[in-house]
Amino acid sequence: MNETFIIMRREFSSFFATPVAYIFIAIFLVMSGVFTFLIGDFYARGQADLLSFFNFHPWLYLFLVPAISMRTWSEERKSGTIELLMTLPFTTLQIMLGKFFAAWLVLGTCLLLTFPLWISVNYLGDPDNGIILSAYMGSWLMSGAFLALGICMSALTKNQIIAFMLAIVISFLFVLAGSPVVLDTLQHWAPNLVIDTVASLSFLTHFQDISKGVITLNDALFYLIFIVVCLYAGYVIIEQKKAN
Amino acid sequence: MILVENLTRKFGHHTAVNNLSFEIKSGDIVGFLGPNGAGKSTTMKMLTGFLPISSGSISIDGLDVDKNAIKVKHKIGYLPEGAPAYPDMTVYQFLHFIAAARKIPRKERALAIDSVVEKVALASVLNKSIENLSKGFKRRVGIAQALIHDPDILILDEPTDGLDPNQKHQVRKLISALAETKIVIVSTHILEEVTAVCNRVIIIADGEKRFDDTPLALQQRSKYHNAMTIKLSYMADISGLLELPGVADLKHDKDTKRVTIFSEEQQDITAIIQDYVHKQNLPVDLIFPEQGRLDDVFREITRSQVAEGEVS
Repeated sequence: MNETFIIMRREFSSFFATPVAYIFIAIFLVMSGVFTFLIGDFYARGQADLLSFFNFHPWLYLFLVPAISMRTWSEERKSGTIELLMTLPFTTLQIMLGKFFAAWLVLGTCLLLTFPLWISVNYLGDPDNGIILSAYMGSWLMSGAFLALGICMSALTKNQIIAFMLAIVISFLFVLAGSPVVLDTLQHWAPNLVIDTVASLSFLTHFQDISKGVITLNDALFYLIFIVVCLYAGYVIIEQKKAN
Repeated sequence: MILVENLTRKFGHHTAVNNLSFEIKSGDIVGFLGPNGAGKSTTMKMLTGFLPISSGSISIDGLDVDKNAIKVKHKIGYLPEGAPAYPDMTVYQFLHFIAAARKIPRKERALAIDSVVEKVALASVLNKSIENLSKGFKRRVGIAQALIHDPDILILDEPTDGLDPNQKHQVRKLISALAETKIVIVSTHILEEVTAVCNRVIIIADGEKRFDDTPLALQQRSKYHNAMTIKLSYMADISGLLELPGVADLKHDKDTKRVTIFSEEQQDITAIIQDYVHKQNLPVDLIFPEQGRLDDVFREITRSQVAEGEVS
């Protein structure tokens, strides 16, 4: 546990040692503002909630999380620091978790910094803050799933750009799987079982209730298992590829 | 103690390290030599637990590297090839991270960092980002992180690569000064480094061990070991030298007017030659003993076997 914490601390401070984290946070905040107010019609809806904010999170994460995750392993392998890191008395699992939690904490920080929205909505009306809190938690959990997938892609290649593209494309598949476009196309010919499976793998489907502030065990488990599976896949890949 | 038995590592069809066995005891400073691609770095990566072993075994102080990876890693200080370090950290932050990773107790960390910073002279760049350091400083940061926990075993992959002669001298002095109870393994391309620092030489080529003995024994392999060179002021009849007991051959260099006298079985012929020169009143300006020529020996050791391999 202590080892994971040491790695997490190094990774977290390395995000802030370069402009990466600051630029990322700035873009995140601007984008979430744009989505909420311009596209989500925050005012026009006339409701004191943050649904128009949370609704766009899957699309926000789709592009932004890969930018955070792409460097995780690619950079270590490219610069050779992976050899230094893995000959320190750490296990690969500790390193993997340390890296994941550090980046997840950056994403958490981004979410926390959207607090002016929460203040606004409380100023304008009388929202259910419990719902908002659980939506925040759920959104953070979902960002972890995007992140774990991105980290797994980063383990695959030394090239950060390739890691970034792969993460976007595969995340996109998981987001899209639950969208009407895909499901309507499937409806005509695929059996219900297939449609249900595809829909159940979608980030969108599992976020629908969460964005309304309802975290079901089903949705939470989906994201947790998704995180575990991706990190484990990344672990296997790194064990195989670390020396190449 | 490091015990390596039948160590083999394959990358696909390519065998990088083939059936390598050796034993290293405390107090050994081993020079690990070989041509590029001989398997030096691969062997070091397996010793440090970075690369899994294809077959064979490595045990360090009786612990198997595969099964007790974490315990073994605690015992080793390792400078990987190219001295990688996190560029965005300052030297101090980096050493602090390594100290924490090496489980140096919180209270002793500052002390450990101070001591290692002094050893490799890093005080002037302590608060600079590693990416802004010169090659020499980067290498020294790499050495510092390997030394910080005072490990029993120090494995340095090309520690003097890219250093200027002063820095090289400093690093060699540092290695020699390490306690006699430690094991140090240094890989290098520079042959004189081995005679200057090490008390044992292991040469590998094509993943196989070719030589494992003292640096002196390596020099003795050279035809030039215990040979004498004399410089004549003008041409004179020196054929009599060949008749002397212990003299095997003469080599005459007309341009420099120097004659190199090779001895039989590399015995010491200094006294005999001096005596002869004196008695015959040969016009000798200069007389000096030759050192073994390591470059030649190295080439011979790493090449002759390749030729043999091609025949068989």
